[in-house]
Amino acid sequence: MTEIKASMAGSVWKITVAGGDKVESDQDVVILESMKMEIPIAAETDGTVKELKVAEGDFVNEGDVIAIIE
Amino acid sequence: MINKILIANRGEIAARVIRTCKELNIDTVAVYSEADQKAPFVSMADESFLLGPPRVQDSYLNVEKIISIAKEAKVDAIHPGYGFLSENGVFAEKCEQAGIRFIGPSAEVIEEMGSKIAAREAMENAGVPVVPGTDGAVASSDEAIEIARDIGYPIMLKASAGGGGIGMQVVNTEQELTKAFESNSKRARTFFGDGAMFMEKKLDHARHIEIQLLADSHGNAIHLFERECSIQRRNQKVVEEAPSSFISNEIRQKMGETAVKAAKALEYVNAGTIEFLVDKEENFYFLEMNTRIQVEHPVTEEITGLDIVEAQIRIAEGRELSISQSDVKMDGHAIEVRIYAEDPVTFFPSPGHISAFELPEGEHIRNEYAVTDDYDVTPYYDPMIGKLIAKGTDRSEAITFLKEALSTYKIEGIKTNIAMLKAVVEHDQFKSGNTTTAFIETYYLPMTKPN
Repeated sequence: MTEIKASMAGSVWKITVAGGDKVESDQDVVILESMKMEIPIAAETDGTVKELKVAEGDFVNEGDVIAIIE
Repeated sequence: MINKILIANRGEIAARVIRTCKELNIDTVAVYSEADQKAPFVSMADESFLLGPPRVQDSYLNVEKIISIAKEAKVDAIHPGYGFLSENGVFAEKCEQAGIRFIGPSAEVIEEMGSKIAAREAMENAGVPVVPGTDGAVASSDEAIEIARDIGYPIMLKASAGGGGIGMQVVNTEQELTKAFESNSKRARTFFGDGAMFMEKKLDHARHIEIQLLADSHGNAIHLFERECSIQRRNQKVVEEAPSSFISNEIRQKMGETAVKAAKALEYVNAGTIEFLVDKEENFYFLEMNTRIQVEHPVTEEITGLDIVEAQIRIAEGRELSISQSDVKMDGHAIEVRIYAEDPVTFFPSPGHISAFELPEGEHIRNEYAVTDDYDVTPYYDPMIGKLIAKGTDRSEAITFLKEALSTYKIEGIKTNIAMLKAVVEHDQFKSGNTTTAFIETYYLPMTKPN
């Protein structure tokens, strides 16, 4: 089980997967937006999206858990 | 005559435009979002109007609201600054329809230069060299492979609708190309709703050198020499200087003349900038044209003694340029660094509360800034919170003044890139003028990794 964490403070602009989806390593899971910069956050390993901890529009701080991959 | 201007922008550039208006005895109107109520530019203006909530769609991109405020405040003209609505042809047209002058070129030129493909075509027609590459969208990764065989690796893949480095990738081999094409096209579709891709030859050790233009509505056009803006992170400029320490006088003159020729062919009016990539052999190629004032315009003002915002306003009034090409003289050397609210290593934004803010001072130092010593930097806008400009009689003196100024620049409460700027200006490769677009990854980033 791995946690995907926010690498910067900002809002969740887009979620590109749903709970239960299979993801591959390097696949974008969410796109964060802050200060005109959109940062795609990718899965680090292959697996299944066990849980999404955020919704589109949420504000996250650096280090917050975004999703859990199993 | 223009007697009252609304500035449809925020931050340091709004403050910068207001300053020149005050010198010209022009009344100013600031518009601001709920997030910017305490920003310096708001209190500097003669009048200020709230646009709405922080998000740009509800505030600085809200065309209807901005125009209705402009009418209510009875302004003669709108200065769009950079970013936001500055390169939006529809906005320029709506201003004119409302009887308000848009301080910039015509809507047609804005649209033409805003399309990467149309701009490339227009420049080729005007006799301006362009980077070898495709004239239209590439249909598939198979077609991309064929084209790449023709123009040679490395190539740069770019999303037609792209910006901010998204959908852009350097590809070195045919093996990488299929995957890179598909992933960037997919990403461009997610981000911009358009997956169209085009390709250009990637120039190695290239420099980003741009020519500042002024053109009036009577057909006169001049250039104010070049700015070198090669040092970039995330494909955005960080350090800019004038003149370039790289190009020869002969190339300087040739680039200037080429840019003026292009401005005339486009029937361009107002201030504008043509950006070029320049290779090791000093061959230069058109990159894009910015139809507005640039962030880095102060370095040109410092070496020429001209006020580009004033020129923009006079041109918008329909006046002829007050100077000709031979009147434009270069004196000394100026360097600008952009102060960003961001992590100095990852370059990720760092919004938060500024608890202390002290600027360096001195006769060789110019500050442009957007914040105060008790200020919330919000996540809604660009991370640039200030610009520091140093001017010397030559490049090495400018570097010395800049280094001193950076050592006393104080911002507390948020992360900034000041540590990075210090490392860059103190680097031997910077001092020796080896400022290519690969500078950050080649010289700076390795310094930040332990061992």
